[in-house]
Amino acid sequence: MSRIADAFAGGKAFIAFLTAGDPYADKTVDYILAMEEAGADMIEIGIPFSDPTAEGIVIQEASIRALNAGMTTDKAFEIVEKVREKSQIPLAFMTYLNPVFHYGYENFFGRCESVGVSGIIIPDLPYEEKDELSHIAQAHGVDVISMIAPTSRQRIQRIAKEAAGFIYVVSSMGVTGVRASIETDIASIIKSIREVTDVPTAVGFGISTPKQAEKMAGVSDGVIIGSAIVKLIAKYGEHAEGALREYVKSIKDAIS
Amino acid sequence: MSKGRFGEFGGQYISETLMNELINLEEQYEYYKNNPEFNQELNTLLNEYAGRPSLLYYAEKMTQDLGGAKIYLKREDLNHTGSHKINNVLGQVLLAKKMGKTRVIAETGAGQHGVATATAAALMGMECEIFMGKEDTDRQALNVYRMELLGAKVHAVTSGTQTLKDAVNETMREWSCRVADTHYVLGSVMGPHPFPMMVRDFQSVISKEAREQILEKEGKLPDAVLACVGGGSNAMGMFYNFINDEGVRLIGCEAAGQGVDTDRHAATMAKGTLGVFHGMKSYFCQDEYGQIAPVYSISAGLDYPGIGPEHAYLRDSGRAQYVPVTDDEAVDAFEYMARMEGIICAIESAHAVAYARKLAPQMGKDESMIICLSGRGDKDVAAIARYRGVEIYE
Ligand SMILES: Cc1ncc(COP(=O)(O)O)c(C=O)c1O
Repeated sequence: MSRIADAFAGGKAFIAFLTAGDPYADKTVDYILAMEEAGADMIEIGIPFSDPTAEGIVIQEASIRALNAGMTTDKAFEIVEKVREKSQIPLAFMTYLNPVFHYGYENFFGRCESVGVSGIIIPDLPYEEKDELSHIAQAHGVDVISMIAPTSRQRIQRIAKEAAGFIYVVSSMGVTGVRASIETDIASIIKSIREVTDVPTAVGFGISTPKQAEKMAGVSDGVIIGSAIVKLIAKYGEHAEGALREYVKSIKDAIS
Repeated sequence: MSKGRFGEFGGQYISETLMNELINLEEQYEYYKNNPEFNQELNTLLNEYAGRPSLLYYAEKMTQDLGGAKIYLKREDLNHTGSHKINNVLGQVLLAKKMGKTRVIAETGAGQHGVATATAAALMGMECEIFMGKEDTDRQALNVYRMELLGAKVHAVTSGTQTLKDAVNETMREWSCRVADTHYVLGSVMGPHPFPMMVRDFQSVISKEAREQILEKEGKLPDAVLACVGGGSNAMGMFYNFINDEGVRLIGCEAAGQGVDTDRHAATMAKGTLGVFHGMKSYFCQDEYGQIAPVYSISAGLDYPGIGPEHAYLRDSGRAQYVPVTDDEAVDAFEYMARMEGIICAIESAHAVAYARKLAPQMGKDESMIICLSGRGDKDVAAIARYRGVEIYE
């Protein structure tokens, strides 16, 4: 069992996303620690990729800011090392397959294990391609997080059966980004998942308000919020800590 | 290993949101490709609407000038809409219609694929939206207006390098928002399975015709076939029916921009490394961390940091060879073709012509080669003039 289980142990989980190196590496460390203090149960750290095809404009722009500020895969690991000096919060990486492929699967997951990253989310690695790296990740105790989308239908149970860590339920069609409303029937997707596995579920894509978070956490085991957090960092730059604490607390309160 | 592999290359590296649609597309394609009615409809469109078969023209003056192999030109530039792109587009849009889709979307670089898609959408009564890098909408302004005339909505993509790769990113994002009524008409032999296979099949009409035509004219197979390579669709179409003819050299000509030793090129085979991007495992121009590199070519259609997976396989297995051609060489060849044969070809195609000028003199007079003239050059005239310091605007 990986550290990810801890995130879901104390009730509904709040998984907070930010992009490594936005606005710069040391700030990412501060923001992770601040979000933990404010109530986040797990942090998803985005390793920026030049061409994030599953991302909406908010995270696209954060990726560009981070890359322009010199962020690299190596530096993302250094961020985790610094976080680990002060915190045992469960951590997962979110990135695209190409940066992981280039780092070398063995190197990448070996380093995840040594710095203490327990999961990885790769939006361009579907079920059909996960054998590419899943055995290597597994050998290093890293869960490759499975995603299930509104279009998954007959694929849901096949994916869920092999899921580890948690299951990322994509709330809506399209790319990441804040949405006014979420129309997908999440409850029925989760019911279908529950028929085959006990692995916890978390809903992400488009969630921004405490009200949305409460509703989504009501039918699942947790929520993932990215763009709304990244927007605050875009707005306040290196002075986002106060706004982040306030926001994270409002979400955690809403789902508790 | 997953589906759609050419050796280790290819695959389906795409978001879960799109997976069922790709599976659906593959199933429908497998059904319709063997369906006589579908094939008859497609052939009628290709012959009666697009003007196929395209000519195989013996370039006698050029042959004499270069003093070596006999040179034939496969005239894809004479197709309706002016390039090979229409072969693939008619196939995909017809398929989309059979699948019950009412809307098509596509990326475009030079604008040729966008124009072809807008044309087929107009013909078949489909809604059409085209994504084109902002830089390309500037260098190919005439094609933007053409697409609009044909009833398409053109989106200028302002993210990233604002060229072809970013147009692909944005079209993929749009597709993941709306798959139920929408088909993504991918313009080259790239992307996730089944696109590389399907686009290659639709383009293979080029070599199917060319093989018959040269056997008729020469009584034997050619010694080499040449094509320019962006994503690789005209080259795959030109190569495909010659792959089993071992004596036929297959040569892809990629864009070296200002030179492979500068950082201003799009020479994926010469300078790229193995990676995973845009749904496929293949070669890409990228940095040590796997960040996709900005690429450059005078030719908007070759300005792409990757190459289709089947080409990667053909290269690594030794069956095909890929050579870099610079902007300067391509522009010279563009002008050469105009003066020598009275044909203004696309700047993309001129990359293949440029290498033919080097290769033909080294071959015997009893040998022959076919160059795929993938498109016509009207769209490039203003840009070439500017390259030569003449300030004309469209
Ligand atoms: C005339 C022409 N040739 C070639 C290409 C390159 O594409 P591909 O390599 O897929 O043939 C393009 C692309 O826009 C084109 O317009």
